[in-house]
Amino acid sequence: MISVLTPLPVLLPLLGAAAALLVGGRHPGIQRTLSILVLSAVLAVSVALLLLADADGAHAVSVGGWTVPLGIVLVVDRLSALMLVVAATVALGVLVFAVGQGAADGDEETPISIFHPTFLVLIAGVANAFLAGDLFNLYVGFEILLTASYVLLTLGGSAPRIRAGITYIIVSLLSSLIFLAAIGLVYASTGTVNMAQLAVRLAELPDGTQLLLQSMLLIAFSIKAAVFPLSAWLPDSYPTAPAPVTAVFAGLLTKVGVYAIIRTQTLLFPGGALDQVLMWAALATMVIGILGAVAQTDIRRILSFTLVSHIGYMVFGIALASTAGLAGAIFYVVHHIAIQTTLFLVAGLVERQGGSTSVDRLGGLAKASPLLAVLYFVPAMNLAGIPPFSGFIGKLGLLEAGVADGGSLPIVLVGGGALTSLLTLLAISRVWNRAFWRPPAQSPADDTFRAAAEAAGPQLAPGPMPGPADEQQPASEKQPAGAGTATGNGSGSRAEARRAAWERHTAVATATAPVSDGLDAGDGSRERPLRPLPQVMVASTAAMVVLTVGLTALAGPLYAVAERGAEDLMDRTPYISSVFGGEDVP
Amino acid sequence: MTPTVVLPVIIGGLYAAGVYLLLDRSLTRVLLGFLLLGNATNLLLLSSGGAAGSAPILGYGDPEEMSDPLPQALILTAIVITFGIAAFVLALIYRSWRLVRQEVVGVDEEDRRVARRSGMDADEIDPDDLAPEDRPAMHADTLAADDDAERGLARHYSGIASDDVDLPTPRSNP
Repeated sequence: MISVLTPLPVLLPLLGAAAALLVGGRHPGIQRTLSILVLSAVLAVSVALLLLADADGAHAVSVGGWTVPLGIVLVVDRLSALMLVVAATVALGVLVFAVGQGAADGDEETPISIFHPTFLVLIAGVANAFLAGDLFNLYVGFEILLTASYVLLTLGGSAPRIRAGITYIIVSLLSSLIFLAAIGLVYASTGTVNMAQLAVRLAELPDGTQLLLQSMLLIAFSIKAAVFPLSAWLPDSYPTAPAPVTAVFAGLLTKVGVYAIIRTQTLLFPGGALDQVLMWAALATMVIGILGAVAQTDIRRILSFTLVSHIGYMVFGIALASTAGLAGAIFYVVHHIAIQTTLFLVAGLVERQGGSTSVDRLGGLAKASPLLAVLYFVPAMNLAGIPPFSGFIGKLGLLEAGVADGGSLPIVLVGGGALTSLLTLLAISRVWNRAFWRPPAQSPADDTFRAAAEAAGPQLAPGPMPGPADEQQPASEKQPAGAGTATGNGSGSRAEARRAAWERHTAVATATAPVSDGLDAGDGSRERPLRPLPQVMVASTAAMVVLTVGLTALAGPLYAVAERGAEDLMDRTPYISSVFGGEDVP
Repeated sequence: MTPTVVLPVIIGGLYAAGVYLLLDRSLTRVLLGFLLLGNATNLLLLSSGGAAGSAPILGYGDPEEMSDPLPQALILTAIVITFGIAAFVLALIYRSWRLVRQEVVGVDEEDRRVARRSGMDADEIDPDDLAPEDRPAMHADTLAADDDAERGLARHYSGIASDDVDLPTPRSNP
C-alpha cells in the first residue's frame, strides 16, 4: 500500500503537468480543473502517507526494483510525510487563489497556459526533494523545483521581473554547483550517494574530511534556505513576482532548504561539529533579518525580510541537536509554511484593493474593506507569536528547548528569539497602523502623485481608471512590446520603455486616489466605488487563514507527530533500517 | 592504473576562471562563468570515480578494470541540467537586452530608496556613485555608457517627469 503511494506525490504532478501542457491555452477551463484535481490527489496521497508513516514508521521504496544501494530510493518517514502534507495544502490554496486571479484579470494578457504546468512541476520537485533517499536524487529534486521557479519568477518577462529573476537564478545556480561538487566529493570519499549508506560510511572518515563535506552541504542548503549571511538574494527577488508565485516561493522553497539542513545535521553528520556555527548563523539570521524588515516600507519586502528572519528560529532548533529542539523546528517549519504563504496572498489582495504595497501610499484599508483587515490581522498576529496562535506555540517550544539545553549560547539565542518576536510585532503592526488603520486622508503621497499624474498625461487622469492590480499586470506586458517594436534605435526604445513605465506608475498612483477620496469631502469629483475583491481570491485566502488558525487547534496532535519525527531523526536507525530492511549496511 | 594530475589542475583552473567571470556585472560573462563552473564540477564528478578503465557494464573486460559507471551517469544528468538552464539564462539575457538595452545586473531601486532614507550607508559604496577612477576594473566603460544614456534621456525628457524621479520622502514614524 505505502509502496504504491510513495512515488505518487512526484509522479502525479509531473503527469498532470504534461496533460496541462497538452490542453494548453485552448481549454483554460480544463487546464484549471486538471491542476486542481491533481493537487487535491497529491494532498490526499500525502495525508495517507502521513497516517501510514506515523503508524508504521519509516518506509523505503526502490524505484524500478533495483536492489538498494544501486537504484534510486524514495524514503517516507514522519518528517518527509508531514512536509508533504503541508506543501500540498498550501500549493492547493495558492493554486485556487491563482485561478481566481486569472479569472478576475482575464487570461489573455498573462501566459497562463504556462503557469499551471510549471506550478505542477514545481510541486513535483518539492515532493521529490522531500522523498529523496539519496543525495543525487535530492539534487535532481532541487533542480526540478528551481527550474520551475525560474520560469514562474520571470513570468511575463517585464523588466523588474527579469532583473530580479537574474539575481535569483545566478545565486541558485551557484548553490546548486556547490551542492553538486559536494556530491562529487562525498562519492569520491565514500563510494556511495545513498543517504542511509552514507549515514554509516561518513562516520568512518577522518574528522577533517567530514567537516569539509558537512560545510559544503550546509553552505549549499543555507543559500537555498536563506540563512544569513547567504540570504541577501531573497528580499531582492521574491517581491516582484506575481502574488501567488511569491506566496508559494516564500512558503515552500526556503523550507526545502531547511529540510535538507535537518537531514544533513541529523542523518549524515550527527556529530554536531558545526552546531556552534549554526547557532551564531541562526542568531544573525533572526536579528539582522528582522531589522531589515523594520526598515522597509513595502509590505512584500517587509514579509520577505520576516521570512529570512524566521528561518533563524528553525536553524536554532536544528542547531540545538536535541529532540525538543528538532520537534520545535519541525513544528515551526509547518507553521511558517502556512503563515508566510497566507500573508503573501493577503499582500496580493492588499495590492489589488489599495493599488500599491507601499505603506506610504496605502491608508484606510480597514474602513474600505473590513474583511481584508481581518484576513491580514489574524495571520500577522500569528506570525508575531501572540499567545493563542500556533506561532506562539512554536516559538515557546523552541525557546523552552533552548533553555533546557543549559548552555550559555542557547540562552543568548533565546534572548535573540524573544527580541525578534517583538520586532516582528513592531514591523507588522506598522503595516497595520499605516495601511489599515490611519485615516486615508493622511496619505502624504496622494496629492503629489495626483499632480504628477495630471502633469504627465492628461488623458490618464480623468475618467475611470482600470482597477489597480489587474491593470498593473497588463501594463507590464505592454511595455516590453512597446520597447521591442518601437525603433531599432537603442535610446529610442529605451525611452519608450521608460514612458510606458511612467504611465504605469501614474496609473497606479491615480488608482490609489479613490481609497483616499472616501474621506476627502472637499473633492467629490473623483469619488468612485471601490471594486469588490474577486470572491475566489478572498475565499482561498480566507481558507488559508482558517487553516493557520486550525494549526492552533490541531497543535496538540501536530506537535506530537513532530516530536515522534524528531525522535526518529535523533535515533537515525528507523531511516537506515527502512532502506536496508534491517540487514547490515554494506 | 594511477590517477593523473592533469584532471585536478584543469578542475582548479576552470573553477578559478569560472568564479572570476561570475563576479562580473555583464550577464554574458556571468553565463560563461557558470558554464565553466559547471564543466569544472562535471570533471570533479568524473575524477571522483577513480582512474579511467575499460567501458563498464558491457562486459568487455575484467570488472576490476572497468570504469565506475555511476559518476558518468551523474555527469550526464548534470550536463542536461546545465544545458537547459544555460539556454534559459541566454533567453533571459536576450530579454533583458530587448527591454532596457543593457545586459548587466540591474540595481535594486527599492534597496536604494531605503538606503537613501538614512543617507549614510549603502549608497556611498555603490559603484555607480564612485568616481570613475575608484570603480572596480572592467566596469568603467559599461557604467560610463550607462551614464551617457541617462544624461541623454534627462535632456530629452527634461520637461516632463521621469519614472526614476525621487519618490516623495516617507513620513517619519509617528
